[in-house]
This record gives sequence, structure tokens and C-alpha cells, in this order.
Amino acid sequence: MSIPFTTQIINLLASILLLIAFAMLSQRRILSLIKLFAWQGLALSASTFVVAYSTAQHHLYYSAALTLLLKVLILPWLLHRLIHKLNVKWDVETLINIPTTMLVGIVLVIFAFNLAAPISQLSESITRGLIGIALASVLLSLLMMITRRKAVPQVVGFLAMENGLFFAATSATHGMPLVVELGIALDVLVGTFIFGIFFFQLRETFDSLDITHMEKLKDD
Amino acid sequence: MTNNASQTLGILFQLCQSLLVVALAPLLTGWVNQCRAWLQNRSGAGLLQPYRTLRKLFHKDAVLAYNASPLFRITPYILFGCMWLAAAIIPIIAIDLPFSPAADVIALVGVFALARVFISLAAMDIGTAFGSLGARREMLVSFLAEPALLMVFFTSSLISHSTQLPHIVGTFAHHEFVLYPSLAFAGLAFVIVLLAENARIPVDNPSTHLELTMIHEAMILEYSARHLALVEWASNLKLLAYISIGIALFVPYGIAEVGNWGVLPLAIAALLVKLALAGAGLALLEALLAKMRIFRAPEFLGTAFLLAVLGLLIHFLLGA
Amino acid sequence: MIDLQLLALLLTPLLGGGLLAVFGSRRWAAELNSLMSGFTFLASVALTMRVVEQGPQVAFNEQFFIDPFNVFLVALTAFVAFTTSLFSRPYMRVEQHHGKLSTPMLHLYYSMYQLFTFTMLLALTTNNMGIIWVAMEAATLTTVLLVSLYRTPASLEAAWKYFILCGVGIALALFGTILLYFAAERVLGQGGTALLWTHLNQVKTDLEPTVLKLAFVFLLVGYGTKIGLVPLHSWLPDAHAEGPTPVSAVLSGLLLNIALCAVMRSKVLVDGSLGNHFAGNLMMGFGLLSVVVAALFLSRQKDIKRMFAYSSIEHMGLITFAFGMGGAVATFAGMLHMTVHSLVKSAIFFAVGHAVQKSGTQQMEHIRGMLQISPTVGWGLALGTFAILGMPPFGVFASEFLIITTAMHSYPWSTPILLAALGIAFAAIFGKIQPIVFGETTARRLPHPPALIPVFVHLLLALILGLYMPPYLAGWYRQAAALLG
Repeated sequence: MSIPFTTQIINLLASILLLIAFAMLSQRRILSLIKLFAWQGLALSASTFVVAYSTAQHHLYYSAALTLLLKVLILPWLLHRLIHKLNVKWDVETLINIPTTMLVGIVLVIFAFNLAAPISQLSESITRGLIGIALASVLLSLLMMITRRKAVPQVVGFLAMENGLFFAATSATHGMPLVVELGIALDVLVGTFIFGIFFFQLRETFDSLDITHMEKLKDD
Repeated sequence: MTNNASQTLGILFQLCQSLLVVALAPLLTGWVNQCRAWLQNRSGAGLLQPYRTLRKLFHKDAVLAYNASPLFRITPYILFGCMWLAAAIIPIIAIDLPFSPAADVIALVGVFALARVFISLAAMDIGTAFGSLGARREMLVSFLAEPALLMVFFTSSLISHSTQLPHIVGTFAHHEFVLYPSLAFAGLAFVIVLLAENARIPVDNPSTHLELTMIHEAMILEYSARHLALVEWASNLKLLAYISIGIALFVPYGIAEVGNWGVLPLAIAALLVKLALAGAGLALLEALLAKMRIFRAPEFLGTAFLLAVLGLLIHFLLGA
Repeated sequence: MIDLQLLALLLTPLLGGGLLAVFGSRRWAAELNSLMSGFTFLASVALTMRVVEQGPQVAFNEQFFIDPFNVFLVALTAFVAFTTSLFSRPYMRVEQHHGKLSTPMLHLYYSMYQLFTFTMLLALTTNNMGIIWVAMEAATLTTVLLVSLYRTPASLEAAWKYFILCGVGIALALFGTILLYFAAERVLGQGGTALLWTHLNQVKTDLEPTVLKLAFVFLLVGYGTKIGLVPLHSWLPDAHAEGPTPVSAVLSGLLLNIALCAVMRSKVLVDGSLGNHFAGNLMMGFGLLSVVVAALFLSRQKDIKRMFAYSSIEHMGLITFAFGMGGAVATFAGMLHMTVHSLVKSAIFFAVGHAVQKSGTQQMEHIRGMLQISPTVGWGLALGTFAILGMPPFGVFASEFLIITTAMHSYPWSTPILLAALGIAFAAIFGKIQPIVFGETTARRLPHPPALIPVFVHLLLALILGLYMPPYLAGWYRQAAALLG
């Protein structure tokens, strides 16, 4: 066994990322969901840091710090404030059929791994296979967005999807150019703000954050 | 050393482990109960309480329901035999035990399943409501736990390219330490399966009688005296067997080779420490968790299955 | 010099956004909006003339790249943004007058309008595939609050759908971009140049085909959501119907084009790497499906803006199909169609906006006899409809004719499908617009004809393009077509 120890750690963090994506899929409480999101951000930041260390790329340290700041501190804090102000802190979502969702999730993971398999065979770098995990967590977050009926969890799913993408960008490809990463981070931040504005508009109009109210526009 | 001599030596080692497990099993249960008592601020019944219970039960006269069939009578012996066999062949003190090839990991699952089939049949044999209820629930739990357990075994088999326990243990014990995310997932899944299969909290509560949610106790309500003693002893052995599997798969370090008498005391000491730690951990888990409603059990076990499958998939993708 | 012109082009709307964020509540905010858009248009003209004279250029340390393909879109974007700002000045005033919009909402509208223009121009001119993504996402962010400007339940729903669907789509596009970088990094090495399109274009034959194939699928699905390709289109009719009309006009006329431009940039790379028609086939499939499905949906629409939104899906499908076929003629036709569709569709939305304002509803059965109420609006709508349906003298006819003849030549099986879809669309739209324009009404004639100069300017341009193609424009399209292959 000649896998370097840093790679083992990155692999472990990648697996944790995927595991958290599954945990989010089955989490009913909004507060716990946000906590999970922050943990996912932490795993992401840590793996970026390890990649930076093992490949000696300095700009990845900035990425790791940026991730830590944005995904672990600012965004969860913003979400906390939002749910506090909107008074939906203790909202529990009635998720039906968690086992089915989980099975669909496993199918998605297999699909993602299959899709990524030819790519990971190409790469001789230390991080082969991570693209598959990133893709899997993106798809899982997508599934989470589809299964949710409340606005806030849907947005958490959206942000978690961004986590998966960030993971692909930093770990699997050793980091995109910094200017792109900054741009992505800015977009995510502004997006969250706009989501926040939206929550208030939604509640003002519908008296709830239930998006089942928003299925009126259809082609009949 | 001649072939014959090494065989004799192997059998000696095997005998050693067989006797050790059968003697140790009640002690382990006593230890778990004691730890739990301490965690709950009670003084506890002492480490040797399970032995006292067994002795008491063996001295009593057996009472059988008048409509009990022979199946009901032989079930305790089958149960005890299965569990003893399972606990004896898992390599925990030495790797190449001569009986180990008798069952690979898949057959091991089969041995557990055999025991389960008999106890469920025996529970329904008398025809009481509790017995059938317990049997039904036992089947529900095991039907969910078994695939998870198999997946856990598959993950470690894939890593070591074998389904033979000695080979798996050898692979893990003799290579330098590698961080396997897939094994970590499998380990978590295994803990859940262990809790469910051994009727522990949060799936079942081992220390209650006559509660509507019980599973294991409901099945053995009709047993008394020596039959009950064997059933209890078998469940002690089952707990030991499961913890042994966990030790063999995930922390096999310190295990001895057959024939190496010098390392044997050290191996036994390491095993005792590991068992003690595992028992304490189990007690801690039970103290922290609350018993869940029986309807939630499928979800809980589903998590185990999911974790095990994830471990398997991650092994395929990352090769680690 | 090119740096300076580019800077003027990009900074003007950015500055406009800043100014209007401060002064958006003033009475002259609408004029300021038009003024800044006018300046942007002038800057784009200057840039265009330069690129036409001197060929493709890079600027700012290769971070920006202007070639005939994107400069024609830059000019088009700046032009339509300018005319839309002219149209929106009186239109939004009336909306405010009717009490549908408050001053703070208009404030938001003006500053977001400028920022939206900025993001579109950035997406067009940047050389960095990553920045294209950032700009596209920013374009969603700036428009999402505009779609929900009226704060009605329906508009909120539309905006939410728009945000979530385009957000998800664009996230997939980011994954595609990451894969592209993954492939590029192996050839170009770590660092900043591995996402620059000009560099990628030079080494495209060395890029790993398996990775690029997957990357293109993600990019097409991601940006395709933005283009409104079926089956990723469900946000588009809602957002167009519920947002304010000027926003519908720029979404339909501009944003869809820009997403398509991003797809085309990727297609060039993928074609180079794969050396087969994989990307083209995918685009043809999506395009054809969009044309057919949109045509079928057209006849079932009751809301006038929704109907024209479906018409946009149909036309974007047609353009995607044309680009998918590839080759000089089809690409030429695709670009021509992009131009005339932008001009005509925004003109239609202007006219529809006025018609809706006059009759107070978007339901087509309640809008009748526009010709009697206001001949300008009536004729604008009628001519616009003729133009978009591909009636002969207009440019849409020329481009559709070219696309269909090319399809007949290279992919004969697709011709009957295309013709049938176009026929269904024609019948659906014509049948619904005819009573709106020529029907009888009891409503009074308007005292003052509304200012609809932008409508007629757009239609005139579309007419000219149909009758006579200026040689420099033709040369320009040809260059671009050669570039896209």
C-alpha cells in the first residue's frame, strides 16, 4: 500500500462530504440541516487545505480560508439569522418515504461513479476518483432540492450543491484560477442574500414558506 | 515442525479459544451491565451476576407448556451450538485456527440466520400472542440487518480479496496502517447492526420484561430453567461473537499466529482489553441513546445498509 | 486603444448601475437609465468598428477576447438594451401611474437593469470560461428580483422557479466548466491560462475527448436551461409572463442569445477535441425537440406574453438546431436568425406591453381590436407577428429559409418535422393575434398615440436585413461562421 497519507486524508474527507450529503437528504429539522451544511463546509475547507499542502499550491490556501469563512461561518450565520427572523427555527418537515429517497440516492451515486469512472482512470494524480464523489454529492443535493417542500431547506440544498461543485473545483482539479473562485464565491454570497429577500417576500405574500403554494402557474 | 505436529498445535489453539469464549461470554455481558449501571449512577449487580443467574437456572426444574413440540425442546441446544460455533471460529486470538475454514463470512451470516429461524419457530410453537409478536419483529429487524451485515463483509472482503476471515484478518493485521474511508463507513454500519441483532437499545431493550415493544424477550417468555439458561448463554455468546467480528474486521492488531506460544498471553491480554473497551463503549451508547419506536427501526437499519453500501461504492471509486 | 474601448463598454453600465443605485428614486432616473444605455451602445459601436477593421483582438492580459462572433452580439445586445431603456421610460411611468409599481421598485429596476446589461456584456467579451459562468450566474441574480417586481403571488412563483431552475442549471454548467479545466490543466498546466478560450482553442485537438464529451453534456444542459431548451424550459414562460414587459423583452431578446453564445464557445472546443459531430448531434436533438414542443404548446396559450415566450423557445430551438448542423451556411443562418429574432421579439414585447397596458389584462380573449384603439400599437403588433412568423420580406424569412434548405440538403429527415412545427406555430400565433389586432371592440380610441418608435426601428431593421444584406455585415457573419466551424 503506497498511497500517501495526505491522499488518504483527502479520500476520507471526500467520503465524509458524501456522507453528509446523505445525512442532509434525510434530515427533517431546519436547524440540524444548517448544522450539517456547516460541517460539510468544514470538510470541504479541510480537504482544500490538505490539497494545498500536498501539492504546495499557495492559492489553494486562500481558497481554503475563503471556504472556511464563507461556508462555515458567514452562510450558516446568515441562515441562522434568517430562520430566526422568519421564526421558522423549529420547523419540521414531513418527509415521506425516506428509505425510497435513500435508495434513489444510492442509485444516483452509482450513476455518478459510473459517469466519472473513465475520467478517474485517466488521471494519474493523487486525487483520482474525487470527481465522482463531487458529482455524486451534487446530484444528491439536487435530489434533496426536489424532495423538499419548504423554501429554506431547498435553499440549503442549493448551497450544498455549490459545496459539491467547490469540492470538484478545489480538490479534484487542484483548484481553478483564483479569480474564478472569487467570482463563484461572490455569486453564492449574493445569491444567498437574494434568497433571503425572497423569503421575506414569500412570507409576506403567502404567509408561509411552503412552496406548495407556488404551483399555480401551469400550462393547462 | 512436521505437518502433524502443527495440526495438533492448531487444535490446541482452537480448543483454547473455544473454551475461552464459552467461559468469557457471560462475563462480557456482566461487564456491559456493570458499566451501564455505573453510567446510570447505580452500583450494579457485579461482574459475575450472569454466572449466578445461569447457575440458578440450571438448578431449577424445567416447566414446559403442555402443547410444546420437540422443536421447542431442542431449540435451546441448537441455539447454543450455533453461537458457540460462531464465536469459536472467528479468529480473535490466533489467525490460522483449524476450524476457521469451516465457515467464511457468508456462512457465518448463515449460522446466525439458522439460529434465528429456530428461535422464531420455537417462539411461535406455544401459540402465545407475545411469542408470535416477538418472532414477527425479530424477522423484521433481521430482514433489514442481514443485508447490511453482508455489505459490511463484502467491503472488507473486497479490500482483502477474500471472504475467509483468517485471510481478511491477516491482511489488515500485517500491513502498515492505511486509512480506509470505506472501512470507516462499514464500521459505523456494523455498530448499528450489532445493536439491532443483539437486542440492545435503541432497537430493543435487554433489561425489560413484559413491555409491548420488546423483541427478544417476547420470544423466550415460555422458556424456563435449563432451557432458559442455554438461551441466555447463547445470547451472551452472540454478543461476544459480534464484538469479536468487529474486532477481527476493524482492529485486529495484536493477534497471534498459530503455534506461537510466546505471543499467546499477549494476544489474550490484547483481546481482553479490546473486549472491555468495546463493552464499555456499548454501555455508553446504550446510556446515551433512547429506545426508539419499533416503526423507526427500519429507518435506523436502513441507515446501516446505506452506510455499508456507500462504503462499498467508495471502495470501488477510490480503491481505498 | 482596444483596452480603452472595452473598458468604456464594460464600465459604462457598471457606473450606470452605481449611479442609479444612488439616484434611482429621482424623477430623472429613467432618463439617466436611457442615457447610460445610449453611451454603452456608442461604446459598442466603437468597439465593433475596430474589430471589423482589425480582426479578433485580445485585451487586458488576454482576459478579454473580441472576435467577429461575439462583437456582433455585443452590438446587438447594447442596441436592444438601449431601445428597451427608451421603451421602458414611458412604459414604467404608466405602470407607476396605475399604482402597480412604487418608486422603490422602480429604483431597484433601474439599477438592476444597468447591472444586468453589464453582466451580459461581460459574459460576451470575457475570454475566461470560468468568468463566463460567473457572469451568467450574475445575470440570473440581477434579473430574478426584476421578475418578481410586481410582488404578486404569480410573479413571486415565477421568480422562484426562475431562480431555482436556472441556479441548478447553471450549477451543472459549472461542473462542466470544472471538467473542462480538468482536461485543460493536463495540456496547459496549472494556473490562469488553462481556462482562457484562446489558449484552449489552440490546443483543442490535444484535449482529452472523454472528459470533454462529458463536460459538453453538462455545459449544454446547464446553459441550455438558460436558453430555454425543452425539457429544461419550464421557467421561461412563467418568467416572461409575470415579469415587467421590458424585462421580458431583454430576457427573450438578449439573455437567451448569450447563453447560446456560451454553448457555442464550448462546442468549438469539443468539436476540435472529439473530431466528430457529437456536440452538433446533441444540439440538433435539443433544438428540434424545442421547436416541436414549443409549437405544440403555442396553440394552448391564453396569456399573450406566455405565448410569445413559447415562440422564443421555438426560435431558440431553431437557432440551436442550425448551429448544431454546423457548416458555413447553417452557422451563417443561425447568426442571422439570432439577430432578427432579437430585434423582432423585443419589438413584439414592446407592442404587447402597450396593448396589455391599454386593455388591462394579459388574457388574449379580452384584448380585442387594437387597430381601433390605437393604430400604432395595432400595426406594430401585426407587423411584428408577421415578421416573427417568417413572412417573406422580413429577415426571419431569409434565415429560416436558409436553415431549412440546409437541413434539406444535409439532414433531409428533419425537414418535414421542422416544416410541420413551423406550420403549427404559424397557425397558432396568427389565429390568436388576428382578432386581437383586427377584431371589434367597444373601447374608446386613445387620445394620444403611444410612443412606439423602438418597435418600428426594430422592425425596419429586420425588414432591411430581409431585403438586403449589407456586404460588410455579410462578411462579418462569414468570418464568424468560419470561426465557429
